[in-house]
Amino acid sequence: MATDGTVRPSLAGAEVVSASLARHRFRPLEGLVWLAMLAGYWLWPEYRPLGSQIFIMCLFVLSLDIVVGYAGIVTLGHAAFFGVGAYTAGLTAIHLSNEPFLGLLTAAVAAGLVGILSGLIVLRTTGLTLMMLTLAIVFVLHEAANKLGSVTGGSDGLQGVTVAPILGLWSLDFFGQTAYIYTGAVLFLGWLFARILVGSPFGRSIVGIRENLVRMRAIGSPVRLRLLVVYGISATMAGIAGALLTQTTQFVSLSAITFTRSGEALIMLILGGVGRLYGAFVGAPIYMLMQDALAKYNPVFWTFWIGLMLVLTVMFARNGVLGLVDSVLAWRRRAA
Amino acid sequence: MTASASLPPLLETQGLSKSFGALVVADSIDLTLRPGARHALIGPNGAGKTTFVNLVTGTLQPTAGRILMGGEEVTGLSPEARVRKGVGRTFQINSLFNRLSVLENVAIAVSERDGFAGRIFRARKAERRAFEEAYAILEGIGIGMEALRPVAEIAYGRQRLVEIAIALALKPKVLLLDEPAAGIPSAESHVVLDVVEALPPDIAVLIIEHDMALVFRLASRITVLVQGAILVEGTPQEIAHDPKVKEVYLGEKSH
Repeated sequence: MATDGTVRPSLAGAEVVSASLARHRFRPLEGLVWLAMLAGYWLWPEYRPLGSQIFIMCLFVLSLDIVVGYAGIVTLGHAAFFGVGAYTAGLTAIHLSNEPFLGLLTAAVAAGLVGILSGLIVLRTTGLTLMMLTLAIVFVLHEAANKLGSVTGGSDGLQGVTVAPILGLWSLDFFGQTAYIYTGAVLFLGWLFARILVGSPFGRSIVGIRENLVRMRAIGSPVRLRLLVVYGISATMAGIAGALLTQTTQFVSLSAITFTRSGEALIMLILGGVGRLYGAFVGAPIYMLMQDALAKYNPVFWTFWIGLMLVLTVMFARNGVLGLVDSVLAWRRRAA
Repeated sequence: MTASASLPPLLETQGLSKSFGALVVADSIDLTLRPGARHALIGPNGAGKTTFVNLVTGTLQPTAGRILMGGEEVTGLSPEARVRKGVGRTFQINSLFNRLSVLENVAIAVSERDGFAGRIFRARKAERRAFEEAYAILEGIGIGMEALRPVAEIAYGRQRLVEIAIALALKPKVLLLDEPAAGIPSAESHVVLDVVEALPPDIAVLIIEHDMALVFRLASRITVLVQGAILVEGTPQEIAHDPKVKEVYLGEKSH
């Protein structure tokens, strides 16, 4: 294992180094998650439209996990970036071109810029102040979208969004076949990027900031810059999720940019498990499938069950469903 | 004085002062650290020792005075910039990355020092080297076997060593040790003592410590700080026999 470095560790050291490098290697179980999502396409054809909506929320919650779970920035305003992405994709399709990838790109850029600009203000603060500021930004942007009716359609929503066939081949149809694959593929790329980010030196440095801000400063880390970069990256991902919502529903409503959406995403994240990347993939489907099933059973009362589930989660499964799985596995190992 | 007196000082403070309103916490402190210095800063509780460390690292801005490193003024520089100039510090109370492994705690400092800590792509080679160097540091201070454990789970005395290892990973020219043996039973403080004695001979070390046995064994010069001001500076012998020090620090009357 000799490298061009000057330090050559002992045999035990080589093992330690390899084990540390391997911590972020891909595991077979991760491939299984994606196979399951692919299998869902054939197993439940009638759920394809819901499936694409779940994938979109997965991507949004994943972007939230990067800032909340890894960087420790507890924000209530992530819907701002989702909404900016949604509107930008819609406006791009109407005024510029309805090529879907161009819509994703403009949405990503716009949301990323809004992320960095708002980050310059928001990230000067921490804790409650930060939460209030992020909340304020959602409200301001929501009201701006509401008042700029000539551009955004105001409370009627942005209508007349069309989407050209993906790669000129597959059009987004009513049955959601194309949407399922399209949103799934974008989610896969988002996950891949998040996965690499989390395992990189940059990912470790943002975890370091979450764990011990004072020490990060003392080892010479440009803390403010790092947080701004991660905030911008996460905003970009959230914007792409918003763009996907616009493209699959061919419509943008004011609900894209509400505190409710931020809150829902946070609930999904807590439900799945914060700071573990897969929380999004567990929390979003559970929440949305429950919502779907409960709303059929009782269209008014379903939020009660969601609320109850959240109460039970924070009382008995602090680390979400995935944390619960971990505990059970650890308990079984001890018992064995 | 010794031969090192001809070299430019690695760290020099000139009239360094800090006050919060009427409360003076640092009162015109002049201190010089040359390469190889082993300098102790002692004084009763609240004398301003940690404040001095915070002023030198840039966590606090002085109200008056200058800080120079290698003859170059750093008074207005950010804490990050000063780390890059070669100031490293440890904390009186453990300041670690609790949910990272011991190895990662040290590697995170190596990656900041080498400037690849902000990288997302193509960092594998640099990462391997950082882990190798981090492991070598841990092995050097005798805790290589703890490398893979979460730092929060290892014994307190060993956490104190990780505290030093993180600072060492920055390859500092000036190392400020804020009570490195704090919280360790005195019967076990020799572990820290050994590590401090084995520090690279060319770096300047400023050590803040309450344990007098430790101070007299490690330091070649001692500065006594009282109410933010230097009371006296000298060799351990001079300090041990100084009547003013006995009165203020050891609580004895000099008459």
